[in-house]
Amino acid sequence: MWRSAPAGSTVESASAVDLTPLLRHRLVFVTGKGGVGKSTIAVALARLAARRGLRTLLCEMDAKGSVAARVGVDSLTFEPRLVESNLWAMVMDTEQSLREYLRLFVKIPLITKITPLAAVFDFVADAAPGVKEILGVGKLCHEVRQDNYDIVIVDAEATGHIVSQIAAPQIVGQLAGVGMLRDQTEWMLKILEDESTCTVVPVVVPEELVVNETVDLIQSIRGQTKTAVRWAVLNRLEEPLMMSSDESTWSVLRDVLSPEVSESLRRATSERQLQREAVTELRENVGDVEFIVIPEVGGWSEEGDVEDVDAVVLQRLGEEL
Amino acid sequence: MTDDSRMIDVHGRCILVCGPGGVGKTSVSAAIGKVLATSRGRIVVLTIDPAKRLARSLGLSISGNEVVEVGGGLHATMLDAEAGWDDLVRRYAPNAEAAERLLRNPLYQNITSRFVNSHDYIAMERLYELSNDPAFDIVVVDTPPSRNALDFLDAPNRMSEFFGGRLVRWLTIPYRNRLIGLASRPFFQIADRLLGARFLGDISEFFVLLQTLEEGFVERAQRVRALLDSSDCHYVVVTSPGKDSVREADYLLDRIALKTSQRTTVVINRTMPCPVDASAPSVAELVSITGCDGESVSRVLSAVQVARHTQSRRYEEHAAVRRHFDPRGTGILEVPDMAVDAVAVVDGIARSLSAG
Repeated sequence: MWRSAPAGSTVESASAVDLTPLLRHRLVFVTGKGGVGKSTIAVALARLAARRGLRTLLCEMDAKGSVAARVGVDSLTFEPRLVESNLWAMVMDTEQSLREYLRLFVKIPLITKITPLAAVFDFVADAAPGVKEILGVGKLCHEVRQDNYDIVIVDAEATGHIVSQIAAPQIVGQLAGVGMLRDQTEWMLKILEDESTCTVVPVVVPEELVVNETVDLIQSIRGQTKTAVRWAVLNRLEEPLMMSSDESTWSVLRDVLSPEVSESLRRATSERQLQREAVTELRENVGDVEFIVIPEVGGWSEEGDVEDVDAVVLQRLGEEL
Repeated sequence: MTDDSRMIDVHGRCILVCGPGGVGKTSVSAAIGKVLATSRGRIVVLTIDPAKRLARSLGLSISGNEVVEVGGGLHATMLDAEAGWDDLVRRYAPNAEAAERLLRNPLYQNITSRFVNSHDYIAMERLYELSNDPAFDIVVVDTPPSRNALDFLDAPNRMSEFFGGRLVRWLTIPYRNRLIGLASRPFFQIADRLLGARFLGDISEFFVLLQTLEEGFVERAQRVRALLDSSDCHYVVVTSPGKDSVREADYLLDRIALKTSQRTTVVINRTMPCPVDASAPSVAELVSITGCDGESVSRVLSAVQVARHTQSRRYEEHAAVRRHFDPRGTGILEVPDMAVDAVAVVDGIARSLSAG
């Protein structure tokens, strides 16, 4: 299980960012480098939305299966299932998305003749750039357009894949002069490019490499698409160990305490210093982005239970409401 | 604890440093390069996307793909996948005109980044080139992180399979024959309706052009494969204490054991020293010794407590990870957490790798 921070630490409160404007969006892509807590944040945001009375669809894009356990079910399917009041969860399956698309939009009963559909799928998805992505993002936009849900929260692909997903309608629009998918790109772009409808929320932890990648990601999204990035989640920020006014005391005590004890504190202080530098670097390079700060909520031990940390993150997110 | 002989004793001309993202692979690669440069001649480290400060310390500009000398026999170079593909096309196209047509095809830029894991393949290409370059004795490759962290090993196979695949065969049937033979098939009808004739035409042209490169590509892929399987390659799997990292490292080790007979080393990065059970003097004692303000002393002592709590937790994690990897029988190197910046980390790791 996750242990909470030991007594004696002054817990810096979660950020004072008001999440209401974020949850007013219809389509929210939560992304981030592997291991930064992307799924945790996506689930917490979806729960928060659902508990505020919004009909919420949570979609896991990469079928890694980490969302199912977090919402308390064995597995997720393409067909959304109700997992708690107001919250539906699904996993993206581009082949099924194509199937649904053909059923909804191809009026001739062609679909019945196809055996197997997989052959078509392999072709359109693997050979044509952007098509697999558009089938995924298209399904999400479709749910928004149909008003099936108030908000769709996406546990999106990791950084690197998210840009090609969001840019897919644009790419297919440019590459294909005609064709049914081409015809679909315009309304998708309307949803993706409207900053009051759709936004990407990167999740970042205060480490130099993650920060670099996040800065690059935000620049790519802004450079290659017209989708907005106005919020980011700064996850696992450790609060300072002591006030700056105590540093002079520390410099005296350092020589009195045993070397091992001193080294522990030096290490911990130094780690936090590196975190602060990473955060400064981040803030300086992403322009107009509001940070939702989630403090480090304790460590991992063998019998880990993701629900515990999810509950804590949800609480931290909710504290500012 | 740290058995440097294992590291210094790495076999072969190629050292592939692999592992999940975020475990310090690039720093470990750079440090290995640094250590080897002191005893094994001219070393080149091939890296991808290093932290900016690390790149600067290695003398790499952010977009460059040239080899630069860092000093003391150590060289570094970065992977530029896009330029790498263009080079390959120019090298294997039957003539300059075919190369230019392919490079200009609207699908080219999009598709090369998709149809095989493009970074992976280009990384292996560069490895092959550098390993045949007489200017270097050893090549250290910081392998690209990818969703499936071992994709790079499969990349040459996938390249061969790709050209032999049904899809490419179908796409490269002369266009007219395809219309006659396949137009009646439902999947062609659907593809045509979904994508439109022009898009299909562009896709076709792209694959027809690409096929002219097949011979060169496949032959090269096989040679790269042979290098990866040969005793010239030594694998270093980097992990850090943490459930996800360990799971991925396990996966990598399983795959490497199946595919290669070479020696493998596991590096557990960012380990913690065992906390010594040292009881701190009381606040009152410390106040009387130092004359500091009591409340301030007490706050500093709680900070010490938090720090030591964190250290023991992380030490336990690290010890569990060590026990976990022991039965594999590979070399295991532990690199302590430095809590210093990217540049200093490389020096620190290098010191810990070569400590006697």
